[in-house]
Amino acid sequence: MSADIDTKKILTEPLVNNNPITLQVLGICSALAVTSQMSTSLIMAVALTAVTACSSAAISSIRNHIPGSIRIIVQMTIIASLVIVVDQILKAFAYEISKQLSVFVGLIITNCIVMGRAEAYAMKNPPMASFIDGIGNGAGYSLILIIVAFFRELFGSGKLLGIEIFPLTKDGGWYDPNGLMLLPPSAFFIIGLLIWTFRQWKPGQNEKADFKIMDISHGEGGHH
Amino acid sequence: MSNGNFKERLEENPNYQKANAYKEKVLALGNDSLEKTIAVALALCFVCAILVSFAAVALRPLQIENKALDMKKNILEVAGLLDEGTDINQAFSDQIEEKLVDIETGDYIDDMDVVTYDQRKAAKDPSQNINISTEDDIASIKRKAKIAKVYLVKSGDVIESIILPMHGYGLWSTMYGFLALESDGQTVKSINFYDQAETPGLGGEVVNPNWRALWKGKKVYSESGDVKLGLIKGVVDTSKPGSEYDVDGLAGATLTSLGVSNLVKYWMSNQGFSAYLDKVRIEGEG
Repeated sequence: MSADIDTKKILTEPLVNNNPITLQVLGICSALAVTSQMSTSLIMAVALTAVTACSSAAISSIRNHIPGSIRIIVQMTIIASLVIVVDQILKAFAYEISKQLSVFVGLIITNCIVMGRAEAYAMKNPPMASFIDGIGNGAGYSLILIIVAFFRELFGSGKLLGIEIFPLTKDGGWYDPNGLMLLPPSAFFIIGLLIWTFRQWKPGQNEKADFKIMDISHGEGGHH
Repeated sequence: MSNGNFKERLEENPNYQKANAYKEKVLALGNDSLEKTIAVALALCFVCAILVSFAAVALRPLQIENKALDMKKNILEVAGLLDEGTDINQAFSDQIEEKLVDIETGDYIDDMDVVTYDQRKAAKDPSQNINISTEDDIASIKRKAKIAKVYLVKSGDVIESIILPMHGYGLWSTMYGFLALESDGQTVKSINFYDQAETPGLGGEVVNPNWRALWKGKKVYSESGDVKLGLIKGVVDTSKPGSEYDVDGLAGATLTSLGVSNLVKYWMSNQGFSAYLDKVRIEGEG
């Protein structure tokens, strides 16, 4: 193992500069599904971070012996096992939350971030670095999840973590909740706005256009 | 000390030596050889299987406890007996009487163990369930257990409330819940749902205490004995005659609302508990 892994960089890079959701655009499905409340988002964030970190470490530790032909299956088996363990732990120690998350814990298996880190990082790097990379990417995912959940819960039900912030009109307050915020599409809008904000702030994240629309005012054709 | 002994003994074991030699051999093989592929796959499956089964078995008692506690909590809640800081197990065993009821005849069944009977499991067991014909199946549940588990709150010998289990399909999920009736088998005390996966914020509002409070005092049966209780679109005008049979529909959740109406209708009809409720009423008068 090379001694000079830059822990801080591996840990902070995925927060903004290489965020799995806003830059890599991975893990969108669960970001839509579990973000209608802060509490479910927090648990989901912790669960995903734990799975990504542990699976990356496990995959990395046997990376030199994984046959190429069954590479993906090996990764999936490790990830799936860890997810089942997490699901069992939640059912035993956080029953209420696990009831709310229901099927989405199981769906961590299909979360592209976990597989993505296994393929892109853990297969080529030592276990410790992979573990930290998993934590970093989990944190990047968590950050976005919590931001999205903050807006959705606040404007959708006037609450944060179940505590009333805006008194609702139906309880005699002044705030009329926005029902759209509770539906998955609202997460699309918020994530879209976040991506825009991030790219405005760090223009380096803008992708080069795949092709340019030809400028026809300068005569026809031309060389690229 | 004993560890050292164990290790020595293990190392002397010829099978261990063989296994070790094989391990060395496999690790030295090229990653793409067939033998290594199979060996890695098997070893991985073995390790993962142990991990998963260990977690499942070790945590099972806690999970079962959680589930049972959650169920009891919901029953106490629907009976109106749950306060902040109530000891759930204590309150449940003190105040709730569990009974088994034959759904068709409405008679109590006393020769079975009421504590271990699981109605949801029985509904899936061909020897204990009934298939529901399509035209009767308004709650979309396909089959039901022959025997239901009901819960009674009594003061002395007099029944105060009857808590009936119900379930039916909403928009995404089968919703499981309880309906608490007064001893007249007609007036609703409360309703709740302990297991559902409707859209949070819309259909998921079936768990909202404010909406559930609207059910209190509603009536189930019309004068001719039909189930009349159900959800309507919009807000109920309480000044109108007949409004005691209507509950506000859930805004933005037409299909969940329909599901709730249907499951109440089904379980209160002669497919559900009407035979039992008739007997309770007669018993109460007699």
